Amino acid sequence: MTETTEFEPNALVRINVEVNGRAVSEEVSTRLLLSDFLRHQLRLTGTHVGCEHGVCGACTVHIDGTPARSCLTLAVQVDGCSIRTVEGLANADGSLHPVQQAFKECHALQCGFCTPGFMMAVAGLLDERDDLRTAEDDSIREDIAGNVCRCTGYMNIVSAVRRAAELTNEKG
Amino acid sequence: MKPSAFRYALPSTLRDAIDIRARFEDSVILAGGQSLIPTMNFRLANPEVVIDLRKLDELNYVRVADGVVRIGAMARQRVVEQNDEVAAANPLIRETLLNVAHPVIRNRGTVGGSLAHADPSAELPTLLTTMRGAITVCGPSGRRTIAAEDFFEFIFTTAMEPDELLVEAAIPALEPGEGWAFAEFARRHGDYSVAGVAVTLKLGADRRIDRVRLGACGIATTPALLTECERFLTGKSPSPELFAEAGTLARDAVTVSDDSATSKVYRQHVLAGLVARNLTTAMTRTDGA
Repeated sequence: MTETTEFEPNALVRINVEVNGRAVSEEVSTRLLLSDFLRHQLRLTGTHVGCEHGVCGACTVHIDGTPARSCLTLAVQVDGCSIRTVEGLANADGSLHPVQQAFKECHALQCGFCTPGFMMAVAGLLDERDDLRTAEDDSIREDIAGNVCRCTGYMNIVSAVRRAAELTNEKG
Repeated sequence: MKPSAFRYALPSTLRDAIDIRARFEDSVILAGGQSLIPTMNFRLANPEVVIDLRKLDELNYVRVADGVVRIGAMARQRVVEQNDEVAAANPLIRETLLNVAHPVIRNRGTVGGSLAHADPSAELPTLLTTMRGAITVCGPSGRRTIAAEDFFEFIFTTAMEPDELLVEAAIPALEPGEGWAFAEFARRHGDYSVAGVAVTLKLGADRRIDRVRLGACGIATTPALLTECERFLTGKSPSPELFAEAGTLARDAVTVSDDSATSKVYRQHVLAGLVARNLTTAMTRTDGA
């Protein structure tokens, strides 16, 4: 049982997290957002910061295996959690994750700003739904509606979601 | 963009959380953070103290027993949405949750957080109000349970005392054969809605409406109960004309005035359509429809 704790404004708090499989122990300011912790303190700049109020989805990462907005989470809140960012998608040998492969094949990105958030959201979706290969456009669009892309018009992103499901299935 | 500096409290028990809440006048509760952190990022909120409830496992539960769904304040919206026992007891809960923001937001957002935030355009306060649910709060002098109809007092304002915390939401199960529907209309999927409507509908042995519950979000300074419509419908034989008439009757319940996105007249129009449509959907889900 942990004790109740209180920290002064601007206090530094030690947090222990696993980031992309690596144990990290860092001191963070209590008001530091998870998105800024990843980008500024860990230099994992693959996580993009768009609107910083939860609307655009660019900062989506996985917290304990579940997609979440890193701009709507304080770094202190993830003490003891496991974090996965876009840097943790590819395999150790450099081969691409099915979502990355599918985005590449389907040309599902143009400027690339929204792409890390999209890929983390879609990677979460693949864990959750096994019917994506044959899913209707509408149901895929509904599931990715929390991420905004200003370039593609979404057609190729929807195709990439289906392709990622195919690739995942092929790998068994 | 980052929140301004605050004192951070991480209570390990509900009792400690209430003590801290009572000690600081200017404190906020951090549950899922999906509404609080954006307002802090924008510095619309600059609280002196943030009380993070993430260690309070005692508030993280979902139980279905004796015809009531009990949801601990820290249960994540997504967990409740995916709970099959909850959906079997009251399918309106899942249908409502599917309209709350986006899946990624619901992964973090909590049921208690949404209720305590008391946004009149939000779905969960309307679900609780429509279902005549109850909300249990806990303060220095103990627990008390407040009917949802009395809990929401104004925009972002509830019947909770400043030193009380929301601990549980209780929603009655639907009866066998009772129909249900929740739908809302938004300019973009996942946006705040122009209006949303929750319905339950039960027919008697004579095929007349035995009981109907009707509530709406986005149309007033609190979640709105459409009691006049409920009275109008009760005892009548369901028909498309009757449901359209109920929609027309609902228009008077819109009390918010024009805003930057929507005129009052348009909101009334949307509400009338949703009432008729949701009654029709609920009807098709009643026993033997």
